[in-house]
Amino acid sequence: MAQIKNRLTPFFENITFDRDDNELILNFGPQHPSAHGQLRLMLHLQQEMIVKAHPDIGYLHRGMEKMAENMIYNEFMPTTDRMDYIASSSNNYGFALAVEKLIGLEVPRRAKVIRMMLLEINRLMSHLFWLATTALDIGAMTVFLFAFREREYLMDIIEGYCGARLTHAAIRIGGVPLDIQDTFIAQLKDFLDKLPQNIKDYEDLLDTNRIWLMRMEEVGVIPTDMALSWGCTGPMLRASGVAWDIRKEEPYELYDEVEFNVPYSDKCDNFARYRIYMEEMRESAKILYQTIDMYNECVEKGETELMAHAPKYVSAPKLDIMTQNYSLMQHFVLVTQGMRPPVGEVYVATESPKGELGYYINSQGGPYPYRLKLRAPSFWHTGILTDLLPGHYIPDVVSIIGTTNIVFGEVDR
Amino acid sequence: MRAYIPKDDVQAKAYYTDRYYVAPQVPKSEVETDEVFASDLEAIKAKFEVKEAFIQVEQMVVYINAHDIYGVLELMRDELEYTQLSELSAIDWLAKDNTFEIFYQMLSMKKRKRIRIKYFIQNGQAVDSVEKLFRSADWSEREMYDMFGIEANGHPFMKRILMPYDWQGHPLLKTYPLQGDEFASWYEVDKIYGKEAREEIGPEIRDTARVDRYDSQRFARLGFEVPKGTEITGEEERNVDSYQEEEGVFLIKKLNKETSKIIDDPQR
Repeated sequence: MAQIKNRLTPFFENITFDRDDNELILNFGPQHPSAHGQLRLMLHLQQEMIVKAHPDIGYLHRGMEKMAENMIYNEFMPTTDRMDYIASSSNNYGFALAVEKLIGLEVPRRAKVIRMMLLEINRLMSHLFWLATTALDIGAMTVFLFAFREREYLMDIIEGYCGARLTHAAIRIGGVPLDIQDTFIAQLKDFLDKLPQNIKDYEDLLDTNRIWLMRMEEVGVIPTDMALSWGCTGPMLRASGVAWDIRKEEPYELYDEVEFNVPYSDKCDNFARYRIYMEEMRESAKILYQTIDMYNECVEKGETELMAHAPKYVSAPKLDIMTQNYSLMQHFVLVTQGMRPPVGEVYVATESPKGELGYYINSQGGPYPYRLKLRAPSFWHTGILTDLLPGHYIPDVVSIIGTTNIVFGEVDR
Repeated sequence: MRAYIPKDDVQAKAYYTDRYYVAPQVPKSEVETDEVFASDLEAIKAKFEVKEAFIQVEQMVVYINAHDIYGVLELMRDELEYTQLSELSAIDWLAKDNTFEIFYQMLSMKKRKRIRIKYFIQNGQAVDSVEKLFRSADWSEREMYDMFGIEANGHPFMKRILMPYDWQGHPLLKTYPLQGDEFASWYEVDKIYGKEAREEIGPEIRDTARVDRYDSQRFARLGFEVPKGTEITGEEERNVDSYQEEEGVFLIKKLNKETSKIIDDPQR
């Protein structure tokens, strides 16, 4: 086929030379392996120092908020997976919790315990992934392979639970769809027993590693004021000296019943963030041990319910649907027309592995949300690069993007 | 007769609603039921006009006048310890009364409380930027402009953020079409090749799962592939992949059964 002439203006290898001063404008991305997704940075350089940074996003924009406005509530659940696809159950959970708060549902205890297990497994998966990719960006290939190996165990556990490894859709509005499989607890315990040694292995490789320290210490310092002003949350904020963890401060599910610490640091640099991720993995393991006990308690007490009983909003269990006429009718209406939450609005924030994941839902009593706003933490963690990068050198860009832990499914939505 | 479709709201509609259905309300409670919220509201009321305030799902909602927003957020940040602006966006009420509702989601870490500040603006009216108070509003306001076309006065860089700079229309408006948006479907072709190439290239298929069910010719023509848009005559030449030995593709070598190891055990 004959080539069609195009109108794109040619450019010289990402670099423009049309200025008189020494300033060089470097285009970083949007397809850069260490940008962790489709991030484009326009960096103004004086020699090798960045004087101005302009992050450009939107390369993964799929219009999720628009999609939500044209879907029934349950239909939107698998779409939330595609936000933070490293820890998709935490997105499912945030949405489920927001809708439950809107309609005032109380979830059965056993479902809450399973949800907590899923959330913490997702946190571990996300943190391991963070460690692997960041270490790889800095050049520590061994850590990458180690951390991916451990993450694989967790993915297998999750796969056994819901059949998917990355996009779980493992949580429903009103509870969870399934009980955990028979091997779940044994597998999880196996993993957790090995985890402290694994974390120690990573730390042995990194904590005193000269290259790692040079790339991390005193690099990417985010003062507390700046972190608060830019809306930073999660590990980004905790590394800047604010011990704010929504699980602790505004507990949801059964987080008020488990014991865990909130690691924080006032060093504010990349290394502080790295330390916080490592400590949080330990805390997650602690929570998971406790949820296993809680789950066993539920089994002993004979609490078998997994979904809330609310015929107007949640389908009855499968057995009822197959045997009882009214349940079948109700299920039919809920699947074809969708639930109709009451008129009102709600903003619910949960602590996802990246930070505060918020869902604002405005319902006008219809089967579709009138407005749904996704508050994804990575959006602001990308925005802060505008103020954070100036004053740093080009190689620091990579380590700073690494420790901000941004995921572009979430930034662009 | 064609069914009437309202032009001011082209979003998906419930296909059936019981004519006697009355939607229930999410319960609201008085602000006085919560001490912290009550004192915060007093502090705001002392300086600014508050139109309405209530507590809904554990958070206080305060309606104010549009021109007070900078002052209210400054007061909340400096005196009431609401140190973070978590979220800021708009709701499209153009079909109802030609207004937008803007909300600011505030968080106080010290008090562990969240307040939502809201106000209405007319269509075409701009809001006051709060970027000087909270840097997070920089990107939020850009996103609001991108999605709704609401401009923020005093913003340092009021440009689109998620959509391309030269995009037409604001996607989260209820008037924005879900299908059949001509500009959107030809965006890349027009930009890269020009309008005159439209016929030659054809519209972009945005639905990646789409299969043309009537196209039984271009499907699975292994070895006889033809470029899109060409007529199929049935006399196409076979595209032979040549091997490295024949000065073809590097590293694609012919199989030598004697030197190669053949694995018989599929389980290996």
